[in-house]
Amino acid sequence: MYVEALFKILYLVGALGIVWGLKYLSSPDTARKGNIVASIGMGLAIITSIFDPIENAYPNYLWIFVGIVIGGVIGWYMAKKVQMTEMPQLVSLFNGFGGASAMILAIIELYGIKDGMMELGSGLILISTLIIGAVSFTGSVLAYLKLDGKVEDKNVTFRGHNTFNNIFFLIILAFSGYCLIAGQGNYEWLGWVIMILSMIYGFSFVAPIGGADMPVVISLLNSLTGVSAATAGILFGSQIMLIGGILVGAAGIILTVMMCNAMNRSLWNVLLGNFGGTAASNASGVTGVYKEISANELAIQLYYAQRVMIVPGYGLAVSQAQKTCQELDAMLSKNNVEVFYAIHPVAGRMPGHMNVLLAEANVSYDKLLDLDDSNDKLKGTNVAIVVGANDVVNPSAKTDSGSPIYGMPILEVLDADTVIVLKRSMKPGYAGIENPLFFESKTRMLFGDAKDSLNKLVQEIKTLG
Amino acid sequence: MEQLAIFINENVTLIYLLVFMVILGFQIISNVPTILHTPLMSGANAVSGIVIIGGILLLRKTNPEDTFTILVGVIAIILGMINVMGGFYVTNRMLSMFKKKK
Repeated sequence: MYVEALFKILYLVGALGIVWGLKYLSSPDTARKGNIVASIGMGLAIITSIFDPIENAYPNYLWIFVGIVIGGVIGWYMAKKVQMTEMPQLVSLFNGFGGASAMILAIIELYGIKDGMMELGSGLILISTLIIGAVSFTGSVLAYLKLDGKVEDKNVTFRGHNTFNNIFFLIILAFSGYCLIAGQGNYEWLGWVIMILSMIYGFSFVAPIGGADMPVVISLLNSLTGVSAATAGILFGSQIMLIGGILVGAAGIILTVMMCNAMNRSLWNVLLGNFGGTAASNASGVTGVYKEISANELAIQLYYAQRVMIVPGYGLAVSQAQKTCQELDAMLSKNNVEVFYAIHPVAGRMPGHMNVLLAEANVSYDKLLDLDDSNDKLKGTNVAIVVGANDVVNPSAKTDSGSPIYGMPILEVLDADTVIVLKRSMKPGYAGIENPLFFESKTRMLFGDAKDSLNKLVQEIKTLG
Repeated sequence: MEQLAIFINENVTLIYLLVFMVILGFQIISNVPTILHTPLMSGANAVSGIVIIGGILLLRKTNPEDTFTILVGVIAIILGMINVMGGFYVTNRMLSMFKKKK
């Protein structure tokens, strides 16, 4: 009796660790501690679940340890090896594994029922776990492949994709309903059908969502995995799984909505993948004359500026230019130029992607300004340098009601005296939308790989100093 | 309908827990600065690996002669553990880079 109570208390302490850890994670000063507290809570919960005295337990400890050791080593190795620029892919992949785990548990439980009869309540929970886990699994894997550049958006979509998805989802629901109400004796094959259909749906659901919407999808999938862990928790009668899962599910939804708000779009709109769709019909786009600037000329402008604002985007991550960016920053700061970074909430492929990259390069985080602060500081900025960003500085979000990003708050770089755009070529950005900023009279283009261009600037400024 | 009512009656504590955790989750996340979005997401992602406990409980309830279930359970544990270990480690790596300089 006492032992059982002790283990219940241990679970409670584990749950507290997880909740407390996430709370700490949401404030900059305590974030690191939060992660450690949460991981200790998790570790405690795992150990407790292994030794918790449950009735009719078999001593399969060896198998459990084998699983934990293999999974632990693989996870540790992947996390150690990853480049900071590849972070969104990795988080997405980890998330997929979590979803797959929930899916497997659900199908095994369904197998266990076999000849018995499924109760409506627990059956509903079981099938939800199966569907959500499967969707989160394949959805995350496709998100990983897209972010890693292994799959291109246009190769996985077709006409009427959204209609197809909706109908497909209804079919899954129909099978689930049948399984719940009249599935007795047929649970095994029904389970496999629902699982496979859900896996296909997961792919198909993420397929039309692309470009700048990727961070939203990852956050949503993250939330889904949380929900599947929670429903699996009800299945296994484990409170701590429910607590952890629901916490992640709720947090993920809020984070997703926050990101949608930052883009001034509804979650629904993002999920339907309208971004890419309208952009294609808008291809006639903007044309005009653009002006180039040489590295040498720009170096002089920067050297004598009072305030410089760097606007990073995904291009910074692609060319691994964060360290060079910091060098330029250090060099200018030494010369009493104020340097700030304007971080748009959806810059990059993951929420806060740019913050992570710049932090990796040792940029102090009080130099990183959010949208409102950036726009205040852009008035009175001499030079704004756009490094591999595009849609987040596109003025057509304000002026062109036909633009797919119309209404999205942008960084008002045109408030600066001069705008410099570092870009590989005149091709439109990841979202495929033309950007009239490039043809403004204040704008100068510096073509080339972002890292090379910044390097040239650093060299030029050295000769000036 | 009757079955549903029974389910609710039997699991009322779980339902309470569910509702309050949703509120808590919302509370924790609102007002998070943009800078922490990525680490928070990746930390939360690690927490969703809690599903590993389901795998452990499954193995503990399975007769060792049922090789199929044992193997599938081990796979569930491996996948969950990758999520937990990788998630927390990568979050720690990210956070250790955030520093404030004088």
